[in-house]
Amino acid sequence: MNHDLGKKATLEGVKYVRNFINNDNRNFTGLQKSFRSDQISKKKKLGRVLLYIAVVLICVTILAPYTWLIISSLSYRVDLTAIPLHWIPQKINLENYREIFFSSTGASSPNRDLRYGFLNSLIIAVSSTLICLFAGTLAAYAFTRLNFKGKKPLYLLILITQFLPLAVLIIPLYVIMKNLGLLNTRLALILADCSFILPMMIWLMRSYFMSVPKDLEEVARIDGCSRFGTIFRIIIPLSTPGLTACGIFAFIIAWNEFFTAFILSSTLKSKTISVLLSEFSSKVGIDYVAMASAGVIASLPPVIMALVFQRYIVQGLTGGAVKG
Amino acid sequence: MSQIPRTHTSLMERSGVLALILLLPSAIIIFGLLIAPMCSSLMISLTKMDLLNPLTSREFIGLSNYIEAFQNPLFWAAFGKTWYFALFTVLIETGLGIGVALILNQDFRGRSFVRGLIILPWALPYVVNGIMWKWIFDANYGAFNGLLSQIGLIKSYQIWLGNPVAAFHIVIFANIWKETPVAVLLILAALQSVPKELYEAARVDGATGLQCLRKIVLPMLKPVIMVVMILKTIWALKEFDLIYVMTKGGPADATNVLTYYIYQNTFKFLKFGYGSALAYILTLAAVGLVMLYIKNLLKEQELES
Repeated sequence: MNHDLGKKATLEGVKYVRNFINNDNRNFTGLQKSFRSDQISKKKKLGRVLLYIAVVLICVTILAPYTWLIISSLSYRVDLTAIPLHWIPQKINLENYREIFFSSTGASSPNRDLRYGFLNSLIIAVSSTLICLFAGTLAAYAFTRLNFKGKKPLYLLILITQFLPLAVLIIPLYVIMKNLGLLNTRLALILADCSFILPMMIWLMRSYFMSVPKDLEEVARIDGCSRFGTIFRIIIPLSTPGLTACGIFAFIIAWNEFFTAFILSSTLKSKTISVLLSEFSSKVGIDYVAMASAGVIASLPPVIMALVFQRYIVQGLTGGAVKG
Repeated sequence: MSQIPRTHTSLMERSGVLALILLLPSAIIIFGLLIAPMCSSLMISLTKMDLLNPLTSREFIGLSNYIEAFQNPLFWAAFGKTWYFALFTVLIETGLGIGVALILNQDFRGRSFVRGLIILPWALPYVVNGIMWKWIFDANYGAFNGLLSQIGLIKSYQIWLGNPVAAFHIVIFANIWKETPVAVLLILAALQSVPKELYEAARVDGATGLQCLRKIVLPMLKPVIMVVMILKTIWALKEFDLIYVMTKGGPADATNVLTYYIYQNTFKFLKFGYGSALAYILTLAAVGLVMLYIKNLLKEQELES
């Protein structure tokens, strides 16, 4: 491709011109040389300083809001409502976290209800992820390696579904779930999540499968492996990073999902932690500390997964989208 | 490549049958939970499904819902706000995305740490994002008020989310904060595929950093930027969670974008028919945009070849 030729040419060109410049330098007097290199290094230094300032700005912009949320969740109201604001609390407040995790007796409280929300979110996210990984991998294999009638329009259809706003699906989904008696069940939320995560899974998995060389499968099939067998023995083991990336992706998206969970659930039986959080303000009023701690708890799983597996997620995001 | 003898082709070996089996689970999910609802939604939008008047439910009224929408100033207000939201969001996110990606593409200490950190806003649940920013901009005790008054920029605490214009732009800002990392990561990945020798050669030719940027980097980034802008527009058109948590469409309908307007009409006023029509209008806008993009992309491919 053009790139390779261009690369070679530019490498040669760079070498030649560099030599030329170096030779030139030797003809300057000592004073002029040192002055010139001083100028260059001053400019470089300024550039480096500006770069580090920009990097620090970026880090602060990303970390500050979330850090403030965490600090708020650990403060006493006295510190948060003080004017001027106490950025670092004088005493650490673990009351809300204690209530969320450990309280067991007494009447229900918004904090304790968070446990149900957490559990629901976990079950729904994990189930959606597993279902979509399973169905998506099989479908992606079909689109990558097999040829069948209607392959192109079908794939186009799947791509287009990714651009549908939830609003247009939620009304009939509500009606369908109502008729099936599935309103306010975890199953309904799992199905709803699958409906928009699956097309994305197929799209991403397909681009991973395309990078698995065909020859390996041919060899395996000559050795007597069935076509179905090659999926499980060759393709899947080789695309484990891709599968992991998609799985993490799906989990985070399912966990963070709000709109469908909000519409399809009505009691603690199926409400996800996102939904509970959206109602928190009406339950705890102006208890900012409780709101903050609930927010931190709700965000911990996806944030931890994202930070720990960030390489996979980046691969997942860029592998599919950029290659198209 | 050697040919596999096709004398005993079991059922599983035949492409068509295997494809059917492999596609079955996905097909059930997609057709049952996406295609069928889409068609059902279309049907509902053509009826007067008003749950407050069950007697008139399922009464076929053709395009009346759509006409009602186009004649309703509230609809146009929501429509306009949606596009303003989307345009603002996309332009700033793309610009910031390019800028931050360029910075993260440089060599500096701690680079991989910062690159890993970038994903944090994207990972936050939408509801947590909304609560966080609502808290920061709280009228009585929010950190924004606190910071500004401690620095001395304001004399007294402002009710930021009570001012329609301010509230709208704060919501936009919260959305930008959460969504820019995706743009950064996509553009960064594309930047990393630009060979370093190109920069060196240009530098040696005497090109300044800015010229390098304009003549080399931006042209190579064009496809990624297009993808980013289209994806971002679609996602901005869909935004609901943030608005529900932060402002519930207010103050005074300032943040009542189309998705929230749809929610209002469907689940609050229980006008399922009207709501479905609104949702379909939004869908057509989104799909129309995608079609435009695909057309553009195909045109570019034609020009290149």
